[in-house]
Amino acid sequence: MGSYIARRLLQMVPLMAGISMVVFALIQLAPGGPEAALLSSGRFVDPSVVEAYRVKLGVDQPAPVQYLRWAATALSGDLGVSYSTTRPVIQMIAERLPATLELMGSAFLLAALLAAAIGLASALRPHSWIDLLGTGASFVGVAMPVFWLGLLLQLVFAVELGWAPVSGTHTVGTSSLPDHLAHLVLPAIVLASRYVASWSRYFRASLISALQSDYVRTARAQGLSETRVLFVHAVRNALVPVVSVMALGLADLVSGAVITETVFAWPGIGRLFVQAMFARDYPVLMGVLLMGSLTVIVFNLVADVVYGLLDPRIRYE
Amino acid sequence: MRALLWRRFARHKAAVVSLAFFAVIGAACALAPAIAPYPFDGIDLDSVKQPPSLSHWMGTDDLGRDVLTRMLFGGRVSILIGLLAAVVGTLMGTAIGAAAGYHGGRIDNMLMRITDVAYAIPTLPLLIILSAYSRAALVSMVLIIGLLSWMTTARVVRSQVLSIKEMDYVEAARSMGATDLRILARHIVPNALGPILVGATLGVGNAIMVESSLSFLGLGVQPPTPTWGNMLMDSQATMATKPWLTLFPGLAILLIVLAVNFMGDALRDALDPGGNGR
Repeated sequence: MGSYIARRLLQMVPLMAGISMVVFALIQLAPGGPEAALLSSGRFVDPSVVEAYRVKLGVDQPAPVQYLRWAATALSGDLGVSYSTTRPVIQMIAERLPATLELMGSAFLLAALLAAAIGLASALRPHSWIDLLGTGASFVGVAMPVFWLGLLLQLVFAVELGWAPVSGTHTVGTSSLPDHLAHLVLPAIVLASRYVASWSRYFRASLISALQSDYVRTARAQGLSETRVLFVHAVRNALVPVVSVMALGLADLVSGAVITETVFAWPGIGRLFVQAMFARDYPVLMGVLLMGSLTVIVFNLVADVVYGLLDPRIRYE
Repeated sequence: MRALLWRRFARHKAAVVSLAFFAVIGAACALAPAIAPYPFDGIDLDSVKQPPSLSHWMGTDDLGRDVLTRMLFGGRVSILIGLLAAVVGTLMGTAIGAAAGYHGGRIDNMLMRITDVAYAIPTLPLLIILSAYSRAALVSMVLIIGLLSWMTTARVVRSQVLSIKEMDYVEAARSMGATDLRILARHIVPNALGPILVGATLGVGNAIMVESSLSFLGLGVQPPTPTWGNMLMDSQATMATKPWLTLFPGLAILLIVLAVNFMGDALRDALDPGGNGR
């Protein structure tokens, strides 16, 4: 296992190199270029100043040279400076990271709990009304536009019923924990919805096939209690494929966060990204994209490793 | 074969209903200029912000434009982008997957590493950057969405080609002097058509969803051309007082994507005799 992880980590190097080249090429193609921010202030700027700025940033060099320089600084954790705030990109991302992690973490937890409950109920009584309801809801959940669900929940629970705040992280002027949690509920539900839909289906399918397997029949024949058969034998084995699907889903949360944070004005990475997009702040956009890609690769590895740990039959060489 | 396929598909009642629904909505949207009750940019300041009524089935918006009309015209753009982007993505994925699987060796390795890179970059943020570069129009939306949704098809086609190319009939064709291109186009790709079609179907739903997300962020097809996504974006500010403006476009996206997914699922089951079809 150790050598497998080491080899996978090594494989990440060329993968990240490829991704960074794509990301760098996108910066190069960006309309305006870095001096655009200097010129957009509206004041007259001497052409020689612009030229000096270009030399200072190194954009007068050929593209391969620029890439190597950029990669070298990126490796040391420096993703450049924001055009709009002139602050280091990495610092801006670090500031927004806790809010996003909090939202993602609660959405993930919520989705896992709900998916487990729905999947279990459906698998124990296949084709019952609760199973049909779960199947129907999961089809709807997958086809539901995330932002529309967000708008509907805001309309019903925030505007009409007044049970939860519309958006933001806390009521202006207060900083209590209950107030903050109330703000977290709706965005977490929205972000979790799609995952509940897909994970509960996976769990249902794999639990049904586990319940029909020989080892469950053997366990029952040994006279074990049904609860013990279910949770110790069936559920444990049924979770193996689900856990790796969940790890892959985590990688996808980045995309979901962009929309959810926009709808609920949640001050995380996704919102930073959308704001940077409207400001045409390319270094910030690229920084977030690079971090997002790294997250995807890492969670792919986690998915494979967890799969191997849970199922001893799987041997990585 | 085709009759068998249809019988298997028809076992999914939801998929048959979906097909009929998609056909009706698709036809209504395609014929929008002929059947829409009002012009899509017809501003009527005497009847702004009306809730649904007999003369305006889905109400009117802030400028007095008929929402039903805009839904039909918006559906034209949304569905067209969905279909075309799925075609672009499927063609590209099939070409790359077939080339990788057929040639093997270094070409396979290189193409699959490119696929890995494309897979690892989060799609929505990348789409947002690309559409921020281009002046969002129908063609660029189709290309951007299509060019970023080929990876799954490429992997599936590659694995199919890997097994099909070992078949005797491929060997027979080669011994008769058929060129690589002919073998691929006439013998290999047609036999991998099942999974390609399933991928393409699900791709339509995905592309409609992506387009509406981008339009919702203000990056998709620009007003005054309506799409379901930009109608939702417009409705956001006045959601509390005029909920029908939010309700209908979202419902349309949900139902169309739902219908497409049902069809994709039924197609998958119909093409896979080994699966435990319900």
